Amino acid sequence: MSLTLQTENIVETLPDIRQALRHYREIILASSVMMGEIPAPTNGEEERIRFLSDRFNESGLQNISIDEAGNATAVLPGQEGRHNILLEAHVDTVFDRSVDHSVALGTDVLKGPGIADNSIGAAAVSILPLMLEKLGIRFSNNIILLGAVQSQGHGDLGGIRFFLDHVQMPIHAGVCLAGIHLGRLSYSCLGMLRGEIVCQAPTETFWERSNARGAIVNLNEILTRILSISELDEPGTSLILGSIKAGNAFNTIPSQAILRFELRSEKRGKVTIVQRKIAEIIRAVAADSEAQTELRVITRRKPGGIKSNHPIVEGTRAIMAALGIEPTVAPSVGALSALIAKNIPGVTLGLTSGQNLHEFNEQIQIEPIFTGLAQLIGVLQMIDRGIERP
Amino acid sequence: MKIDDWLQHNTFHHEEFWDLLELIKAKEERNLKISLCIPTLNEEKTIGKEVVLFISELKKRYPLLDEIAVIDSGSTDKTREVAAAFGADVYLASEILPEVGDKPGKGENLWKAIYQLKGDIICYVDADIKNIHPRFVYGLVAPLIYRQEIKYVKAFYDRPLAYSKKFRPSGGGRVTEILVRPLFSLYFPELTAILQPLSGEYAVRREVLERIPFPIGYGVETSHLIDVYRQWGLEAFGQTDLDQRIHRNQPVEALGKMSFGILQTFFKRLENNDFTGKVPKISPLYRHFQAHHRHYKQVVQEIVEEERPPMITNPDYRRKFGLPDS
Repeated sequence: MSLTLQTENIVETLPDIRQALRHYREIILASSVMMGEIPAPTNGEEERIRFLSDRFNESGLQNISIDEAGNATAVLPGQEGRHNILLEAHVDTVFDRSVDHSVALGTDVLKGPGIADNSIGAAAVSILPLMLEKLGIRFSNNIILLGAVQSQGHGDLGGIRFFLDHVQMPIHAGVCLAGIHLGRLSYSCLGMLRGEIVCQAPTETFWERSNARGAIVNLNEILTRILSISELDEPGTSLILGSIKAGNAFNTIPSQAILRFELRSEKRGKVTIVQRKIAEIIRAVAADSEAQTELRVITRRKPGGIKSNHPIVEGTRAIMAALGIEPTVAPSVGALSALIAKNIPGVTLGLTSGQNLHEFNEQIQIEPIFTGLAQLIGVLQMIDRGIERP
Repeated sequence: MKIDDWLQHNTFHHEEFWDLLELIKAKEERNLKISLCIPTLNEEKTIGKEVVLFISELKKRYPLLDEIAVIDSGSTDKTREVAAAFGADVYLASEILPEVGDKPGKGENLWKAIYQLKGDIICYVDADIKNIHPRFVYGLVAPLIYRQEIKYVKAFYDRPLAYSKKFRPSGGGRVTEILVRPLFSLYFPELTAILQPLSGEYAVRREVLERIPFPIGYGVETSHLIDVYRQWGLEAFGQTDLDQRIHRNQPVEALGKMSFGILQTFFKRLENNDFTGKVPKISPLYRHFQAHHRHYKQVVQEIVEEERPPMITNPDYRRKFGLPDS
């Protein structure tokens, strides 16, 4: 099975599709609000998945199910139905259930925790069948819609990986949806390691007796040495220090400190080299301080992807150009890597612009959503027509 | 109708009405028109979301509503512009029936809606609900569509976040529990079965709305309950559990003003109902409610406020303190 570049008769219709989508503004916004107001922390997505599944039902889709991992899936049957194209959006957010999930709607923006990552993406999956019906757009091949769970943090893409491991229909191509930013074009993924360094010191009484300084100091020592690893200065390799948790008061020496980090590299093998060096540093600091230290690997991904001249990439660029979208090529560490690991060609696209990602006042702009949805429809049409027919 | 019967047959949960296609079919069979009225005064932060949600879910996707109207009391922010931008029919209360003048208060908007809107059923929903959802409308109009004898459906909400025993309190607001429920217990015991008498969300048949007066201020909900009850009885009411309602919390000063307005309305009703001067024998029974899952039952407690006479009338006291016999 191969893909050819087929964008003729698609790109010229896209501005009209974008305009037509504006007629359904209320449906698009209401779906985003309703999706966004259902809390969906990783491993607690059940209610949002039920909502998505209900929407699939209301749209008259086929094979609607909630699988063992908790993903919502459905099939929009194609007229011929020979091949299957996956459309994925993850439904979980980084926000705990206790957070106020109210979404505020202004004339230009939607604001609320998780609205950009990824309530708007999940909402787009929920309304796509209705929009296609209203616009009279049909596909030759099946579109498999997937609301994926367990994508964030410790979830480690558990939802989409389960789906791809167990799906009974062969997937020939895929599109992953991210809320922001419109113009995002990912077709490769980075080698990545997401981990925690845990420093465990004896209790306060012991440290006071021995004039030592506790877990924060040990963690600081480890961090200082990690930042001097030479590979981290090379282009294409980076270390993100995501969070530190330690201590509770001014005057109590903490017995535990935890650093969460993500190590990324475009180069094959580089993440493994840096991981080894971090492990050596941790062992050395532990030996010097007699504290217990540990490197916990939460997630590990290999680099890979399709080439920049792959028909899906070239076709996506043509569709973006037709809609006046400036592409920003960035490797992915998300769901696309699960597709790539299965040798399924695909891209990750953004839907709109936004700010304050992962903050309580996360927000997205309304107007670009119409362009983002037109782009999505165009890319699906392009893949649909480009899949080689037997 | 006994309270327990009424609680069993006329108390609903919005999930009973999840099948909107079925509901719309029943509405069409009965040839009903339904209007939504959102009364507003400076609600630019929440009105857009409410309008968008109702237009999308209850007009475009599921055509339950025939019109969605915002009736505004003269907002000085962008309430009317935002509501209109998202597709609501927007009216200034002062421009409806201008010959009768313009009175400041939410009740004015609700009353003028009867003139302005076309529906056989009018559903009123406040504009300050943060977690707005289609259930706030379909949960209220459904009993009116399915049950011809029901004329007035109130919302109730606010389950307590935690309760340790099998039964939980029914959870009215502060003014309800401190003022309205005790008053109803004394004068209109059956009305205590309405779990949240002051909730701002209700759906009513036109034939009722056009026959009852509307206080324009805080007393509108209380007066409706008394007036509808006096004319049509408890069986004309329904109430629907809409789960949680997240809204602005009122400061205590505002609750004082609200209570004062409600008391005025209440005493006026006593006067109109010929209670003045012949106050009925005061009942010592205080009625409140408990819920077990979705089953509600009344709890009647005898609270006897016995009184002691002034101590100076007590002979032993007088003797002890050397007071002359009276």
